[in-house]
Amino acid sequence: MGIERSLSNNVLVTSLEWAVNWARKSSMWPLGFGLACCALEMIATFVSRYDLSRFGMEVARPSPRQADLMIVAGTASKKMLPAVLRIYEQMTEPRYVIAMGACACSGGIYKNYAVVQGIDRHLPVDVYIPGCPPRPEALLDGILQLHAKVMQEQSIRNPRITDILAAPK
Amino acid sequence: MNQEAIKERLVSAFGAEVIQGAVLFADQMAVTVVKDKILDVCRFLKTDPDLAFDLLSFVGGVDRHPASPRFEVVYQLYSMRHKHRFRIKAMVEEEQEGLGTIDSVVELWPTASWHERETAEMFGIEFTGHPDPRKLLLPEEWYVYPLRKDFPVEGTEDTPDLPAAQIREG
Repeated sequence: MGIERSLSNNVLVTSLEWAVNWARKSSMWPLGFGLACCALEMIATFVSRYDLSRFGMEVARPSPRQADLMIVAGTASKKMLPAVLRIYEQMTEPRYVIAMGACACSGGIYKNYAVVQGIDRHLPVDVYIPGCPPRPEALLDGILQLHAKVMQEQSIRNPRITDILAAPK
Repeated sequence: MNQEAIKERLVSAFGAEVIQGAVLFADQMAVTVVKDKILDVCRFLKTDPDLAFDLLSFVGGVDRHPASPRFEVVYQLYSMRHKHRFRIKAMVEEEQEGLGTIDSVVELWPTASWHERETAEMFGIEFTGHPDPRKLLLPEEWYVYPLRKDFPVEGTEDTPDLPAAQIREG
């Protein structure tokens, strides 16, 4: 490339959108919370054997205001749902949701009056990970799928709106 | 004291018209007590020095639908001093209007509070004299009783995901 050579190959030129996407997916901080047994597989993914820090994601944020990714790990009961929505609303844009495990995807084995039949009834889910619970490899695969999705985004020209209050139904 | 002796003690104190049925199964006795006398019987079980049931392990409910009387309230007792157990039941009738009632035993065993709150919200039994009769597990605005046999386990439109005030307009 002409401009790079004229600057003695000390500079790389790319599109701003690609750079923004790359920065987002390379430091995607998950929210540190779990709802049920799937959370243990998520914890196993964080610690050294599977080591989520390889993808710049080791900083699980206790505060939703500093988190980019909500991993809904486990059974969302109807009693818990208002708290989950409240946490989601406090997260900053752009924000992403992974539904981890059969319960978060569809209610799983709990087809009963007390359990939300899939968190996608209330949150815009980006990646679904089936399994009961999914192994850490499955969660890692889901996260890499999300990274690939983020790299496809038109982050400047057409930024995503996940405001569940403003989004058209 | 063995199970038979505890039952005999109860019958001699209250008479056969209060201590109605007794079933011995797997070395465990379950006696049925007249509902209105439940507080007196429990007080006797707790304060009598030879019985001394100082620990209430559990209070639960049973729905015998469509039998009548419909509900059972079951009390599982343990004595720390004598290391013996006992189980008493009381039958609660389903009322045409309002809920079936039974006296609360919280004044004897404070631990009964949460057990009775759960039994109340799950079966629709009112524990009279309970000091804090809120719901324990279910959302406050629900008025269904999920552990009744005629309640559909997958829920109804009366068990929404969110309270009506929080459902978002499109």
